[in-house]
Amino acid sequence: MNNKRDSILNRLTMLDFMAVDLHLYLNTHPNDKEVIEKYNEIIKEAEEVRYEYEKNFAPLCSFRSASSEHHFNWINNPWPWSRKFNYYIEGEE
Amino acid sequence: MWVYEKKLEFPVKIKKTNPALAKCILTQYGGPDGELAASLRYLSQRFTTVTPEAKATLNDIGTEELAHLEMIGSIVMQLSEDADMQEIKNQGFDSYYVDHGLGIYPASASGVPFTAAYLQSKGDPITDLYEDMAAEQKARSTYEYLLNLTDDPDVAEPLKFLREREIVHFQRFGEALRTVQDYLDSERCFVIPKPNFMNNDKNCGCKKCK
Ligand SMILES: [Fe+2]
Repeated sequence: MNNKRDSILNRLTMLDFMAVDLHLYLNTHPNDKEVIEKYNEIIKEAEEVRYEYEKNFAPLCSFRSASSEHHFNWINNPWPWSRKFNYYIEGEE
Repeated sequence: MWVYEKKLEFPVKIKKTNPALAKCILTQYGGPDGELAASLRYLSQRFTTVTPEAKATLNDIGTEELAHLEMIGSIVMQLSEDADMQEIKNQGFDSYYVDHGLGIYPASASGVPFTAAYLQSKGDPITDLYEDMAAEQKARSTYEYLLNLTDDPDVAEPLKFLREREIVHFQRFGEALRTVQDYLDSERCFVIPKPNFMNNDKNCGCKKCK
């Protein structure tokens, strides 16, 4: 990762993805205590990383995140569909 | 309701313009086995499914498909946004261009506009979940065909991610189907309302009727 923003966003993307995937698993295995524990750990860490990203860069959620002194952090570029928003994943394959 | 988060489920950052590939990948936006059809299918079916597992599975996979729709739109946009007239003409993007310019429109690779006829919501939880499992397999095949057409790793990585999600979704729908089958079995009764002409005998003999 070339900068702090990209590496925080990468960390958050990874954690959120693990949470999405474990959450789907738990829907059909609601009594798997080991996975519930793992899921809760990930949610907790993601919350911290989410807070760090929002504090340093921009709000993530349309109506869950506090806005900074300038609401422009929300309305301004980059949006997720642009190249500029995204980053290259390192160490693939 | 839904919460939007200003990030992608998996990053999309494509350097090389390729309108021909964009036109093919668009099929996962608004084509017969695309993400829009998937999302609408599951989010519609969830209203009338029966087990807690199946409700949650349809709700949450239907939601994840919207994140996939956003990824596909991002891929198509990044592949086409810098195309010049020459590339648009030479790469067969011209037929799309006259209808939509460089806009992202839900259509199949062959240009057929999105239609709700791509999906079903049958009001029968078993029928619906079988359709969902088939839909995930069809989407997986489509991603494999797209990967056969792709030699750009910037495009292949997100497509591989999406292909893997289809496999996981297939698995979860299979598990949800099992809960529905067990539930219907244990009641020893058709909890799915029968058509009127079959309903002469109101008491089917199950626990609920007694
Ligand atoms: Fe899927």
